[in-house]
Amino acid sequence: MSDTVLTLKINGKLFQLDADPKMPVLWAVRDMLGLTGTKYGCGAGLCGACTIHVDGKPARACLTSLSQVQGKELTTIEGLEADKLKQAWTEHKVPQCGYCQPGQLMSAAALLSQNNKPSDSDIDEAMAGNICRCGTYTRIKLAIKSASGQIKAQEVTA
Amino acid sequence: MSSFTATQNFSRRDVLKLFGATGGGLALGASGLGWSPMVMAQSAESRLNLFIAIGEDNKVYLTCHRSEMGQGIRTGIAQVLADELGADWDNVVVVQGLADKRYGSQNTDGSRSIRKGFDKMREMGAMARTMLEQAAADKWQISIAEVSTSNNRVSHAKSGKSATFGELAMAASKVKLPDVETLSLKSPKEYTHIGASHAIVDMQDMLTGKAQYGYDVQVDGMLCASITRPPVFGSEVAKFDDSAARKVAGVVDVIQLSATKGAPMFHPLGGVAVIATNSWSALEGRKALQIEWTDSINDSHDSQAYLNMLKERVSQPGKLMRQQGKEVTDWPADSTISALYTVPYLAHAPMEAPSATASVTASGCEVWASTQTPQSVQQNVAAALGLKEEQVKVNVTLLGGGFGRKSKSDYCVEAALLSKKAGKPVKVCWSREDEIQNGYLHAISAQLYQAKLGTDNMPEAILQRSGFPSIGSTFSEGADYPAGWELDLGFVDVPLAVKSLRCEAVKAEAHTRIGWMRSVCNIQHAFGIGSFVDELAVKAKKPCTVMWKELLGDVRQETFANQEFKYGNYGEDLARHPVDIARYRGVIDAVEQAMKKAGTAGHNQGWGFAVHRSFTAFVATALLVEVSEDNQLKVLKAISAIDAGTVVNPDRVKSQTEGAVMFGLSLAMMGEIDFKEGKVVQSNFHDYPMLRMSQCPAIQTIVIESDAPPAGVGEPGVPPVAPSLTSAIFAASGMRIRDLPVSKRLKV
Repeated sequence: MSDTVLTLKINGKLFQLDADPKMPVLWAVRDMLGLTGTKYGCGAGLCGACTIHVDGKPARACLTSLSQVQGKELTTIEGLEADKLKQAWTEHKVPQCGYCQPGQLMSAAALLSQNNKPSDSDIDEAMAGNICRCGTYTRIKLAIKSASGQIKAQEVTA
Repeated sequence: MSSFTATQNFSRRDVLKLFGATGGGLALGASGLGWSPMVMAQSAESRLNLFIAIGEDNKVYLTCHRSEMGQGIRTGIAQVLADELGADWDNVVVVQGLADKRYGSQNTDGSRSIRKGFDKMREMGAMARTMLEQAAADKWQISIAEVSTSNNRVSHAKSGKSATFGELAMAASKVKLPDVETLSLKSPKEYTHIGASHAIVDMQDMLTGKAQYGYDVQVDGMLCASITRPPVFGSEVAKFDDSAARKVAGVVDVIQLSATKGAPMFHPLGGVAVIATNSWSALEGRKALQIEWTDSINDSHDSQAYLNMLKERVSQPGKLMRQQGKEVTDWPADSTISALYTVPYLAHAPMEAPSATASVTASGCEVWASTQTPQSVQQNVAAALGLKEEQVKVNVTLLGGGFGRKSKSDYCVEAALLSKKAGKPVKVCWSREDEIQNGYLHAISAQLYQAKLGTDNMPEAILQRSGFPSIGSTFSEGADYPAGWELDLGFVDVPLAVKSLRCEAVKAEAHTRIGWMRSVCNIQHAFGIGSFVDELAVKAKKPCTVMWKELLGDVRQETFANQEFKYGNYGEDLARHPVDIARYRGVIDAVEQAMKKAGTAGHNQGWGFAVHRSFTAFVATALLVEVSEDNQLKVLKAISAIDAGTVVNPDRVKSQTEGAVMFGLSLAMMGEIDFKEGKVVQSNFHDYPMLRMSQCPAIQTIVIESDAPPAGVGEPGVPPVAPSLTSAIFAASGMRIRDLPVSKRLKV
């Protein structure tokens, strides 16, 4: 296994990595670049905690190798500009433990970039790959609808 | 645009140097100790007590000594402290406490942070406020009785003088500590933060990737470890070949960890650790290991065969645990109904698998861990390394879920042992497969419920038996009966007003590490009694809500007097946290009304209902489901009402109750860990699935207003979900599911 110098463009910045091209982007951004907002949950593309954007489309960083993203633009949670979405997440007080939320936000942002008025089933489908063990799904759905102007922002209080 | 180079074979230190050289905003979280809780702990100016310090800048530093795993405790404890203190919420900064005996127990489980800490935190707040007021009174040469406090400011109405906390802090820190007896505490009407739905203090960090969990810790010079542990409990490494593993780029060392004999306790399981400069190299190195394992007495453990045995055992007389009224020995076939209920082994599956970092030096050890119990980490790491407890410093990160798994400190001990051997800081990260296959599982169980019916098909006598491997076996080798305290969790403590109620336990040997998982034995016991009450209701042709009210009987506070057992009541006095039938009725009525509003069930649809008291809180849950002609289940609606006494943050009580419904649905619909030849069959989310968004019902949560002492919140919402689900499935389809998970019978 010989390492190669690879160039990555992440959140608008260029990085050169001397690493095995087979290394998943997840471990490269976390361990080599210190961008720990992209989370490990399963390592098998089953939970969505590591969701990033590759050229604007959602991808599982645990299954995406460095060689697959050469010349592509990557966005991680640290570089996600989605103020409306984050605002909606705050208004609906979505997070519990918060661990899966970067992945949830990345998937939601990718959905809204393709579909500015997603229906319930559009949301279910786009978010199907993201597990939240705390069970914040109903609030995530509300927040996505809120961010897309389909419901008025409301305080989620007792 | 800046550029930056990092190398797989570089150590963390080299990478950090590179970050330093390139600068810019790249190094999020890269500075070794740069995670917020610790930095804040250092910057407070004047300490008024263990939990409260005030900065000259008027910031209020409130220490949370409990672990944050999604329940919102870093916010909740701060709210209670801030309330009596008279703090302005915008000035509050929450500091995460290190492991420290002075805090009392920091073990964040049992739904007890607020339940046990509410009064103490109020006293701490009032104490600090009194000191600030005394400092102001001294300064203005007036009586303390003349000043008042609110919004970070002490004022004297008569003279119009006022001073901020920041201005008074230094003087206040020198004031004599007031006597707790002399403190004046607010009445509930005067609360400013208690009862407010403040947003959690970590919200923004969580939405930007800055929030730091155990997995995210990065310390200078740190190495990453991945460990292959014995596939069967009780086996250990016979021999191994690490030659291929050592050739993997980035791998630094391969270290064998020995197994500990006897009860599992919180000891590491042993195995072979691959140490590397980064996580991926450690994982790849691990794949290249060749390991042979020794035989174990658990090699033949088969969970299906074991469950069949438990079902036979609960069909025979067991050990008496509670007898209400006289034992009934005559069970005529035509007036007796009985049913057996089973729940499989379950794994916790927090989104963040266990992770800890340790740095062993000549003077001691520092640990950074995603742990529910830093004091246990301190004790166990000290014992493993032969250090004094005070030589072990334990920092607590945020937890990506806990659910009981992270109150076992085995993974922290692994990190400490490896750091000692490697001579460098080592981070141990469990993979998802490790978490599912090598955890401390929720026990497999069988329960028998039997009733003798009298007039109008109402039960005159109930017999119930429970069998499951005990958590006691984790601490005491060979423990093979459910412990009394485990049976207190929803088995012996259900206050049924029947003439004869007999509760028995049967023998059950452990073949793996048994642990506690969110709501613990209430899971199987609530499933048993909740399902059985629904079966009784069907037999008597009554709504389940009505059957529950009739079985619970007259409004009273049940004390279980003269029934040959002492009820533990979650460590609480029964007078302060009563088994109160009125409060059971309160949550039942609230859900009944909400069900009526929601409307009747449609074609192929049905409502299910269950109520349960646990951790001194009362929760009723109704579910509306649809079962299609081709056996596809869809959960349409969930209604939960929770009476947890005084509530600190209503929105977090709501979010915990919503989450508990999801947790309960995951386990009831799909949760199953099986053993074949001693090994766990499942390995990841494809065969140990969690509820996903499309399976999630609309949820309505009702938080009952109460000024009773605060009860538990994190766990009590879980137990009633499973029986409510299977009862709803029965109502919708006529199919009675007594063996979980539901996915054995229906598509979910």
